[in-house]
Amino acid sequence: MAAITLKSVGKTYAGGVNAVRGIDLDIADGEFLVLVGPSGCGKSTLLRMVAGLETITDGEIAIGGRVVNEVEPAERDIAMVFQNYALYPHMSVRQNLAYGLKNRKMAKEEISRRVDEAARILEIGAFLDRKPKALSGGQRQRVAMGRAIVREPSCFLFDEPLSNLDAKLRVQMRGEIKQLQARLGTTSIYVTHDQLEAMTLAHRLVVLNGGKVEQVGTPLEVYRRPASTFVASFIGSPAMNLMPARAEGAVAHVGAARVQLEIPAEGAMTLGLRPEDLRAVVPGTEGALHLKTAYVEELGAQRLVHGTVEGTPFGCAMPSDAALADELYLAAEPGAAHAFDAQDGRRLG
Amino acid sequence: MVEKRPFLNFLAHAVLVLGVLIVAFPIYVAFIASTHGPTDFLSGLIPLTPGDNMVNTYGKMMTDGMASAGMPPLSLQMFNSLIMALTIAIGKIAISIISAYAIVYFRFPFRGLAFWLIFITLMLPVEVRILPTYHVVASLGMLDTYAGLTIPLIASATATFLFRQVFLTIPDELMEAARIDGAGPLKFFWDILLPMSRNNIAALFVILFIYGWNQYLWPLLVTTDPSHYTIVMGIKRMADVVDSQPQWNYIMATAILAMLPPVLVVILMQKLFVKGLIETEK
Repeated sequence: MAAITLKSVGKTYAGGVNAVRGIDLDIADGEFLVLVGPSGCGKSTLLRMVAGLETITDGEIAIGGRVVNEVEPAERDIAMVFQNYALYPHMSVRQNLAYGLKNRKMAKEEISRRVDEAARILEIGAFLDRKPKALSGGQRQRVAMGRAIVREPSCFLFDEPLSNLDAKLRVQMRGEIKQLQARLGTTSIYVTHDQLEAMTLAHRLVVLNGGKVEQVGTPLEVYRRPASTFVASFIGSPAMNLMPARAEGAVAHVGAARVQLEIPAEGAMTLGLRPEDLRAVVPGTEGALHLKTAYVEELGAQRLVHGTVEGTPFGCAMPSDAALADELYLAAEPGAAHAFDAQDGRRLG
Repeated sequence: MVEKRPFLNFLAHAVLVLGVLIVAFPIYVAFIASTHGPTDFLSGLIPLTPGDNMVNTYGKMMTDGMASAGMPPLSLQMFNSLIMALTIAIGKIAISIISAYAIVYFRFPFRGLAFWLIFITLMLPVEVRILPTYHVVASLGMLDTYAGLTIPLIASATATFLFRQVFLTIPDELMEAARIDGAGPLKFFWDILLPMSRNNIAALFVILFIYGWNQYLWPLLVTTDPSHYTIVMGIKRMADVVDSQPQWNYIMATAILAMLPPVLVVILMQKLFVKGLIETEK
């Protein structure tokens, strides 16, 4: 167990490419922090810098108060779970779990106690003597987590651990990781490009874009008050509708439609509306958003209507029994409008 | 492609059987000849049915050799060949797996140059560099020694290249996982890379053992003392007798004995050999 501190951490590759820039983070002891962002945003690089697999070219990383910039991965008291599991194919599951402990010259009894304990927690006891080749994807994932658990590290690092699993298994393992982390209380950093995974797992999210932090906050904070248009479009599914608008007082005008803002603003701005914050109103209602329907996706619990409003692509989530028409008139729920600066995309207010 | 046509079936089998006969017949003739007495060849016809002199012929060759051709006993020559083949095979594997490890896993200056230097030696087989190599070996006083027989043949670009390809298929995450597990470079090599390359090592061993065993030109050059003769060069020596008939039964017995160990190695290691060549999953 340990807190992790990142102080203006940066990574510049030999070719001059800036993968990560000026990251400041305080990760509390026992916290589950998720790094999320599109591919190439530097999230994996950042995680690998914490692990010690990438050198730190700027700033400082401290684990449990000890600066680890020059410390070997094995000495950092961390454990990592890789996307492709990275199990040693020629070793049995038991040997895979024990390998790191053996290298630390741990007593045999202690090793076997820890392996059995991890096997019990992860329910992999039945195939401790099999080779990884004889396991299914989900089982391999468990073994990879077992290898992390047996070390009893102060921090777990997960690098997109669920990406290689099928959809159903992914949801199941997601739940298991969450429960496991809650039970062990080990500080964890988890990298994913899947915003749903990020929302469901995290105590706090870090949204990264282009090597920089866009926003840090609890999943609800990030969802409810996205700090920029980038975060707004990345977090939440279906994605938030963003469209150019003109503000007068505290009202945003999109063509003939009017949407009430929470803060006063003037001039050009970007208006954000989540698809689930819209409701249909009587056709022709004054100031309603006028949606020209292009196609409908049925999700069972709701139906997603896609089309355009004033020429901007626009989607809205309707109840599954909502009437469909070529044209819909929509109104935003009170307080649902997000206002962003038209130029830099930062949140207004 | 899968068609049931009796005639094509027949044709395919006929071609295969013919191929086997073409390869097997000379070996059969050699074996039959080695079972006859020395006088059976004087007629100029080679017999095609087994004779009764087999035990005598092989026994004499193994224990006495053939003094008239300056041949030590075959047992000694086979031992020399075995030493040479094993040293070359094991030496080549050891050196090339280590150099491949360095080239794939370490970032050092001129790494690319080092790889290409190794790679272009593919263009320089023993036969091309034989005179300078002989000169070096002679100057180092290694003529008529096992070291002289084997060391110049040990460097291997082919094997280095093969291991490089094998290592490149092993995902980087495995190395990273090992680093986190506290395995240093040597431990990673010993605990992870070596066991994972086991099948490739076995396949390469088969190829290299046969390569070493079949060396002819090099042993012929560097050995003048019969105690270091190898069996493959010995065969030729026996056929070159002056002022008398070649003793075909003895020559053929030597040929058969020279063929045997490579065949045994292939048969015994066949499974690993095939696995090592076709296996892709790491």
